[in-house]
Amino acid sequence: MMTNHGNRLTQGQFSYLPDLTDAQITAQLEYALKNGWAVGIEYTDDPHPRNTYWEMHGIPMFDLKDPAGILMEINACRKTFPNHYVRVTAFDSTRGVESPRMSYLVNRPKREPGFRVVREERDGRNVGYTIHSYATDKPEGERY
Amino acid sequence: MSASEKLPLDLDALYRDSSVGASLEALERELIGLAPVKQRVREIAALLLVEKLRRSIGLQAAAPPLHMSFTGNPGTGKTTVAMKMASILHGLGYVRKGHLVAVTRDDLVGQYIGHTAPKTKEVLKRAMGGVLFIDEAYYLYRPENERDYGQEAIEILLQVMENQRDDLVVIFAGYKDRMDRFFASNPGMASRVAHHIDFPDYSEEELFAIAGLMLERMQYVLSEAAARALREYVALRKAQPHFANARSIRNALDRARLRQASRLFERRGGPLTPEMLSAIEDEDIRGSRVFNGAESRK
Repeated sequence: MMTNHGNRLTQGQFSYLPDLTDAQITAQLEYALKNGWAVGIEYTDDPHPRNTYWEMHGIPMFDLKDPAGILMEINACRKTFPNHYVRVTAFDSTRGVESPRMSYLVNRPKREPGFRVVREERDGRNVGYTIHSYATDKPEGERY
Repeated sequence: MSASEKLPLDLDALYRDSSVGASLEALERELIGLAPVKQRVREIAALLLVEKLRRSIGLQAAAPPLHMSFTGNPGTGKTTVAMKMASILHGLGYVRKGHLVAVTRDDLVGQYIGHTAPKTKEVLKRAMGGVLFIDEAYYLYRPENERDYGQEAIEILLQVMENQRDDLVVIFAGYKDRMDRFFASNPGMASRVAHHIDFPDYSEEELFAIAGLMLERMQYVLSEAAARALREYVALRKAQPHFANARSIRNALDRARLRQASRLFERRGGPLTPEMLSAIEDEDIRGSRVFNGAESRK
């Protein structure tokens, strides 16, 4: 993450590729719907890799036949949070799986300051390492 | 299709490639009567085919407005035609998936402030790529209650109908007079619904033919006397209140099956042939209270 060229957040699928176009997103959604997965939209302005649970934009969408409805919601979320990270998750409710099968970013802030390493001096001169997002120094809502 | 003679090459090929022919034939075969409706459906299908052809050779062809309104009395086949319409539009590629989502006011309008918009959007999202069928659409608009949330649902519907014409087709259905009033009080809605199709009531002859078709599908056979009784039944039932065209006929046949079953059950022990199991007799039809009512009134 820290050595990532251009400070682009790389989380989920396709994150080393250029941003997906709407047509590409539609094709991915089509794939998820074909498999009967429920698609949900989530957003956050705290993209720490351990921040697993992002805020949900509406409830996950069940019983959909066509990606147009999901794209409509994605665009609504982008409009509300133009400078947040927005991701799409496809949840597989099959018994025994019951977890997300797909997860990819569909919106990112214009400027991504990235992360820095934090070193912590512990007992016996041990050093603990963690990463810290520059953006989260500011309060929620003013980060990007 | 008459236009196919003028442009034998392209249009005919297009017609054969799409599954429209099969859908139109099914419409013709499975639906009795409804001549004006079939005519309109054929016209719409022809328009869409021609538009598609125009686009293929680069002529100006804006996506034609496809939202419709089906008006008619209960049991005249509005839902059935809507389903056929969905498969025709799918065959022509005007809707991507071709499924039908049938809803009423309850599915669109919420119970408290802020409940309606997500509910309506949920339904719209489910219908995308297919056809949204709103039964008894006039209940959405209740002028007597100014705080009714129906208006909110109408506004969201209008917005999506206008902006996402490629994504879904909306069909409104209901009684003719009430739908007319609904459109009169929602001019924005009226101007966005391109096709108004009126479903006529069935004649007695058509109802009898429908009964024949239903029995054939259920694999029952009418005896001659039973057929006579059914004709009389149709005439009597039609004159009674709450007559719901084909639906009443279906209910009558279901009850006849019930009586047939109990007749066979009472005579159990006797000989029973496969023919007897599928035969509907005179008495099964005449057992209906429609006949009693007629006699007692006389």
